[in-house]
Amino acid sequence: MTDAAVNQALNADPVLAATPENRVWKKFKRHKSAMVGGFLVAFFVIIALAAPILPIPDPSATDWGAVRKAPSWAHWMGTDEIGRDVMSRMIWGAQASLLAGVMSVGIALMLGVPLGIVAGYFGGWTDAVISRCTEALLAAPFLILAIALAAFLGPSLTNAMIAIGISATPIFIRLTRGQVINVKSEDYVDSALAIGLPTPKILSRYILPNVLPPILVQATLTIATAIIAEASLSFLGLGQQPPAPSWGSMLNTAKNFLNQAPWMAMWPGISIFLVVLGFNLLGDGLRDALDPREH
Amino acid sequence: MQLGDENSADSGTLLALSDLVLRFKGHKNDVLDGVSLTVKRGEVVCVVGESGCGKSVTAMALMDLLPAGSATISSGNLDACGLNLDLTSTCLPSEMRGNRIAMIFQEPMSSLNPSFTIGDQIGEAVLRHKGGTRTQALDRAQEMLQRVGIANPEQRLSEYPHQLSGGMRQRVMIAMALANDPEILIADEPTTALDVTIQAQILDLIRDLRDETGMGTIMITHDLGVVAEIADTVAVMYGGQVVEQGAVGEIFNNPQHPYTIGLMSAMPRLDNPVGRLAIVPGTVPTIANMPQGCRFRTRCVFATQACAERPKLSQIAPEHDVACHYAPLEVNVSVAI
Repeated sequence: MTDAAVNQALNADPVLAATPENRVWKKFKRHKSAMVGGFLVAFFVIIALAAPILPIPDPSATDWGAVRKAPSWAHWMGTDEIGRDVMSRMIWGAQASLLAGVMSVGIALMLGVPLGIVAGYFGGWTDAVISRCTEALLAAPFLILAIALAAFLGPSLTNAMIAIGISATPIFIRLTRGQVINVKSEDYVDSALAIGLPTPKILSRYILPNVLPPILVQATLTIATAIIAEASLSFLGLGQQPPAPSWGSMLNTAKNFLNQAPWMAMWPGISIFLVVLGFNLLGDGLRDALDPREH
Repeated sequence: MQLGDENSADSGTLLALSDLVLRFKGHKNDVLDGVSLTVKRGEVVCVVGESGCGKSVTAMALMDLLPAGSATISSGNLDACGLNLDLTSTCLPSEMRGNRIAMIFQEPMSSLNPSFTIGDQIGEAVLRHKGGTRTQALDRAQEMLQRVGIANPEQRLSEYPHQLSGGMRQRVMIAMALANDPEILIADEPTTALDVTIQAQILDLIRDLRDETGMGTIMITHDLGVVAEIADTVAVMYGGQVVEQGAVGEIFNNPQHPYTIGLMSAMPRLDNPVGRLAIVPGTVPTIANMPQGCRFRTRCVFATQACAERPKLSQIAPEHDVACHYAPLEVNVSVAI
């Protein structure tokens, strides 16, 4: 060993050097399937964001000379029943799907986390009321609840997001409540009380940051579920309204032409599959990376 | 509310807790049965007793840290910080906590918020009570770290709790507790989780800070070595009652309560090696099975019929109170150090 190597070995303290951020990132980088998930998600996010500047035809432009054409140099993924370019619709549809996934989980987080914190921290009657309502909502299957709410609110992408968001809220209430009950008995919450901090400060600075990691993992996994839910609602005509593109409504139309034009169903199907796979792999990777027990 | 100094006999008294009776929800017996404590300026009062005797509950009740609704206080008066509080109806205002009365905990490893830096956490205590800007608070935090003997305080400010050792974390806890120059420090077994050399350093630190600022300290411990090291006065607790209290020399040289005698003779010593250490037979009865009268009588070798009546804590010598019908003892059972 050279002097430099010895020196480095003596001075490198793996415990002191690793801040939690870079420890998590290191574990995440080693997790191969998580990186695959990350790339899949990143790919769809990039094409969704870049849709306006990509050299693709208008997703709503019809071409009566090219109806239900198989993939070719002019239309890489073929055309649909009124001659619209499938690739363009798929790329623009990624916007609707990802937006629905992220926004509805955002709504679920905004409603679920505060309610979960209040229920877990204060306990007693507050907890009883919030928990019973949560259980009532959980009794209805996720998708059925989303369909019912979307039908009630009226068909549009925004309403679909709200419906999915509300349907996903009880999962977050329950998860947050459980975490808070764990964290609030930690000594550092007592020591925060002992320095006289008021309750809102304890909730925002001592409880919230320490219950966040599992919620983050759940949120990533729920985005995948929400994307499927949005596709299902659009498939049923309760989500994105025509002629705006969406993977769900593309599948809905394509089911009538499965024999004549299978590419119409294939591309949105593959897209949904890949995006959902991506978010699931990413969530699993995050869960492993944030788990303090694994090295 | 009135100024405490006006009606307390001795103006050097910083905290006087009297006759605290506390019961946990769902229990039929009182967990604390008439606990009284007095802390004078610059004095270290050690509260000793075995696990479950109510030492920590007393401290938590003082600071109003017991989970809301878990306990009812049926009697108790607290004279501290210029306030005279009837604990049955009011509790210590949160403006006093961490400001004029501070507390440090047993487990330094888990008593710091893992999500924030050391500087942020000490600074938060300063901002809460003294106000000012974040920069001022961080300056104060750095000054406190220096004062509790942490090397490189400037660098430590931006580190997270997991980057520090146990001894350092306990120093940080002390820095956080003392950041607002409290008059009273309550230390709940501050050295139990630390190894012996660090223990000695922390005790030295508390003593130095006491000398510097004249703060009164309530130290809760079950380590008689720590008591001998640091205490001015000692309160021995058993089953939620103070059974004996007095100057540290009195308690060690002339223990009068059978429980104190048992505790003292159960302590290993270098100068008097014996075959086996004495034990106090039995265990503390559960709250539900606490005997009426003297709570120690089920384990006491001297117990008689008279002990069915509760003995009062009465003075048997200057600075020495005992709650036992048979005190002062006729024979000297000195177990002197």
